[in-house]
Amino acid sequence: MSRRQPQLYSESHLPPGEFEEEQLISGTGEGDEIMEDAHGEEEEGYSSSTPTSTLTWISWFCSLPGHEYYCEVTEDFIEDDFNLTGLNSMVPFWKEAMEMVLDVEPDEETNKIPDVSIVEASAELLYGLVHQRYILTRMGLQAMVEKYEQGIFGACPRVFCNGTHVVPCGRTDIPGHDTVKLYCPNCSDIYTPPSSRFQGVDGAFFGTTFPHLFFQSYRELAPAPFWKPTSGHSSSPTSSRSVSPEAEVPDENGQPGQPKRVKPPPFVNPNPNGGQKRPAGRVYQPKIYGFRVSEQAKSGPRMLWMRLRPQDPEELDMVDWRGRFYDDEDDEYDHEDGAEEDRPMEDFDPDGHDDDDEEEEEEEEEEAHGGYPPQGRTRADFRPPSQSPPSSAPPRTPRDSPVVQAALGSKLTVRGAEGKGKAPGILRPIPATAAT
Amino acid sequence: MYTYRGIHSSWISWFLSSKGNEYFCEVEEDYILDRFNLTGLNTEVSNYSQALDLITDQLADDDIQDELRGALDVQARLLYGLIHARWIVTARGLAKMLEKYKRSDFGRCPRVLCQSQPLLPVGLTDVPYEKSVKLYCGRCEDLYSPKSSRHGSIDGAYFGTTFPHLLFLVYPNLIPPKSGPVDMTQVSSGTTTGSDGKRRKRDEAQEPTPEVIGEINTASVALKAERYKPKIFGFQVHEIAKLHRWQEAVRDRQVARLEELDI
Ligand SMILES: [Zn+2]
Ligand SMILES: [Zn+2]
Repeated sequence: MSRRQPQLYSESHLPPGEFEEEQLISGTGEGDEIMEDAHGEEEEGYSSSTPTSTLTWISWFCSLPGHEYYCEVTEDFIEDDFNLTGLNSMVPFWKEAMEMVLDVEPDEETNKIPDVSIVEASAELLYGLVHQRYILTRMGLQAMVEKYEQGIFGACPRVFCNGTHVVPCGRTDIPGHDTVKLYCPNCSDIYTPPSSRFQGVDGAFFGTTFPHLFFQSYRELAPAPFWKPTSGHSSSPTSSRSVSPEAEVPDENGQPGQPKRVKPPPFVNPNPNGGQKRPAGRVYQPKIYGFRVSEQAKSGPRMLWMRLRPQDPEELDMVDWRGRFYDDEDDEYDHEDGAEEDRPMEDFDPDGHDDDDEEEEEEEEEEAHGGYPPQGRTRADFRPPSQSPPSSAPPRTPRDSPVVQAALGSKLTVRGAEGKGKAPGILRPIPATAAT
Repeated sequence: MYTYRGIHSSWISWFLSSKGNEYFCEVEEDYILDRFNLTGLNTEVSNYSQALDLITDQLADDDIQDELRGALDVQARLLYGLIHARWIVTARGLAKMLEKYKRSDFGRCPRVLCQSQPLLPVGLTDVPYEKSVKLYCGRCEDLYSPKSSRHGSIDGAYFGTTFPHLLFLVYPNLIPPKSGPVDMTQVSSGTTTGSDGKRRKRDEAQEPTPEVIGEINTASVALKAERYKPKIFGFQVHEIAKLHRWQEAVRDRQVARLEELDI
């Protein structure tokens, strides 16, 4: 048995540090394209493999640009026929592909295959399918958690996930259908990798099950489903105060702010998130000139629910198996829906380290709730100057005024630049601090 | 004068063509020359009048010493950015940004189920030097970080907190449907076609003008939104499915609330 070695492995190998930086901080863009250009040739080059060193095919394959998400499957795993059950019918040139992946010197007969690149495609398919199975084993999960903790898979692009690390996954387990995606355990959603060099990686080689088995196996890495805003007054023995608010803010490089465990006082539940980590629970609240856009506007927020979390397990239990609040059984939702609906947004604050403002905001929110629309309580915090009088459409003169128009129902309500006139029914007052 | 003079007709065209400035649109000269539009900016920008002269090409070569050019350039960018934030919430500025949106100049939503929905730039604050620019997706209504570091370092205040929401407020017929493939031709024609039945009532071609908002009903569009359903060996993950049910219950309450109001 002798090792075959592709010539170009060392040139195409990306130093982990360099990759990490590119992936997590810059994310992509220009740097990315440059890198792809630089490595494009070498990626082609791997088809002309010749034995030159002692690096295994697997190590070489995993070091190729775009292959950073793969972990190295042990040869023991591949050599165990049980682990390959059913795969030989999916991979053409099975025997030759196996020889290539395991660096076995091919038999004489192998020379019958005219083009070595055919075998290489088979080897990649074989490795990918084995990889899909391997990362669901204890050893595979262990290999992947090491990569996860190093941030090799990158961070969630969603701003309010605060740089939560993601894991690779597929949308299907059948190869040839879709490229690899990234799963974020915080928002429970999937994203396209930021760099186009992953567009050649088959999602099936990571599979649909992996992310979820991963976060069930490493429960402490998974954010809890419930989230209570950290505000000065709400601390109770069961509140999630074990993490300081600042710990959630990503550092200036956009690196995830790993929650720093703060030693809890004796009376605090030492395990407030049920063995899971505290989620990044804030949601984005659209604003126009410092006013929240009300859901009653046609363009108002419709998707906040997708990112909301209940405050605690009890609230989570208020919904039945059909996905309805027990309270709503009799279709009575009016009496308390406001309190229910608006509560999770009260503490929204993108900057997130101003508890006082959050409280102020809560109060205003409650007030605004009573009489809707909040007539006479408008307060524009950011208003560019304008000379134009109010009009029903954006003025077409060069000297345009900022057009604040409240489109409530079919009406188009216009507020003058002075803030006089009808209060924009779709805009909710919020404290000046939140808009500045 | 600066080297940009060689290729570019003005400071602004040089600025717009510089790498990393792809999100900015052109502020029309008339707008900048109307000093009223710049009210208050003189206190935000040091060297205000020279910076203004620079961006309006009024600065003669010998007006400035070489060693000051670097600092002045920083102030000129700040001034342009702050004017830009005001400009893009005017009718003409919105229209300029709409052109860029149609060309997907701001990138596309990384969320798989948004099907490459084009994004819009937004700030988390209107105060400069606090937060970098983010990208708003009109489909999932969430915020994303720019993929590229050269965009990730742009000041969010140069776009402001208001812009994307004002755009969809003024042009509600441009609100992206919650499902189906992205069709940017709808943006140019002003009509929306797709699988979102509630919003498909408008069949006739319409210009994207504020006058046509009356027929849109967005009360139940959330029901059309697709979600990723985590599965282990084909079975739903209990804990996540439970959270999803709770979130969908919140959604259904909102839909019921809005349908009652017929929005
Ligand atoms: Zn996320
Ligand atoms: Zn989106």
